[in-house]
Amino acid sequence: MSNNQSVSFEHSIPDNLKGLVADWSSDVQTFRVRWSKAMMWIFLVSDTFIFGSFLCAYMAVRLTTIEPWPPTSEVFALHVGGADVPLLLIAIMTFILISSSGTMAMAVTSGYKKQRKKTAFLILLTALGGVAFVGMQMFEWSKLIFEEGIRPWGNPFGAAQFGGFFFMITGFHGLHVSIGVVYLTIVAKRVWEGRYDKLNDYQMVEVAGLYWHFVDLVWIFIFAFFYLW
Amino acid sequence: MEEQKHFKHPSFYPGDAPETEHPFSLYISVWILLFVLSAFSYAVDLAEIQGYLRWFLVTVFAFLKAGLVVGVFMHMAWERMAFLYAIMLPPLFLLALIGILAVDGAFVYYIRDLFMPLVGE
Repeated sequence: MSNNQSVSFEHSIPDNLKGLVADWSSDVQTFRVRWSKAMMWIFLVSDTFIFGSFLCAYMAVRLTTIEPWPPTSEVFALHVGGADVPLLLIAIMTFILISSSGTMAMAVTSGYKKQRKKTAFLILLTALGGVAFVGMQMFEWSKLIFEEGIRPWGNPFGAAQFGGFFFMITGFHGLHVSIGVVYLTIVAKRVWEGRYDKLNDYQMVEVAGLYWHFVDLVWIFIFAFFYLW
Repeated sequence: MEEQKHFKHPSFYPGDAPETEHPFSLYISVWILLFVLSAFSYAVDLAEIQGYLRWFLVTVFAFLKAGLVVGVFMHMAWERMAFLYAIMLPPLFLLALIGILAVDGAFVYYIRDLFMPLVGE
């Protein structure tokens, strides 16, 4: 009986590793997008919860400290031409990250038009924006560590928890940007070599774009809740 | 009837469906809009607006920017509803976490405010 059923099963998919792959990759689908896009989105949802938890923890701690929270617009001020400009470096970093998101969106569009060189160039430009961002973050961190004396366990400005949250949240975001730069460089190389032309499919450029836009998205919330709030 | 049997949703095989393709001008206008909204949040700090108005404005600008990035740059505005809800609804659970932590945080602050000065003496 059970044997008959398994034989009459439409494709008689074997119940082994091959069958496992077949079951997961068959035409039965809920999301009418390709697996690469769906998987990237699901990864990004999980990443949303990681960053969301970080920011929620930050909120919980900031709500409960008796000592005043360090004045961020003064802590992150840059000394330019004899005056302290509040949050200047952060503004430039925001500018660069948003711009890199713009070039990435254009790279995706160029990819769908199968413009190989233009796509590779735009992806590389995006990665370059990421490198500039991480470089500025290194500058910011070293300034805060060596000049302002901010440590994960304390700082001269106020509540001791400030440093821990700052280094953890911006550090984790910086790690995402760094990984994104490596990821984009690999995708740019593959575009340049014509791999997606051979496949006649530039979907992987859009998938890489999703990751990069997410990094920009996270920065929007860090900028709002950590630097400005 | 034979046609019915072989019915295929237009995007059932995503490779058959036309890819979402948009002109550069759309992305450039969103790009400019993101700059303008960032400038607005920066202006909130420069104008030294404090208290609830500051938090309100900063949050509104952040969510507007997030909407533009997710909707246009990440193409969510053109995805099917099944996919959109599967991705966009789970993060709403964070609102529950925020609510719980806000209530708890207010209580912890109250307790600390009451007893921490005594510990210091």
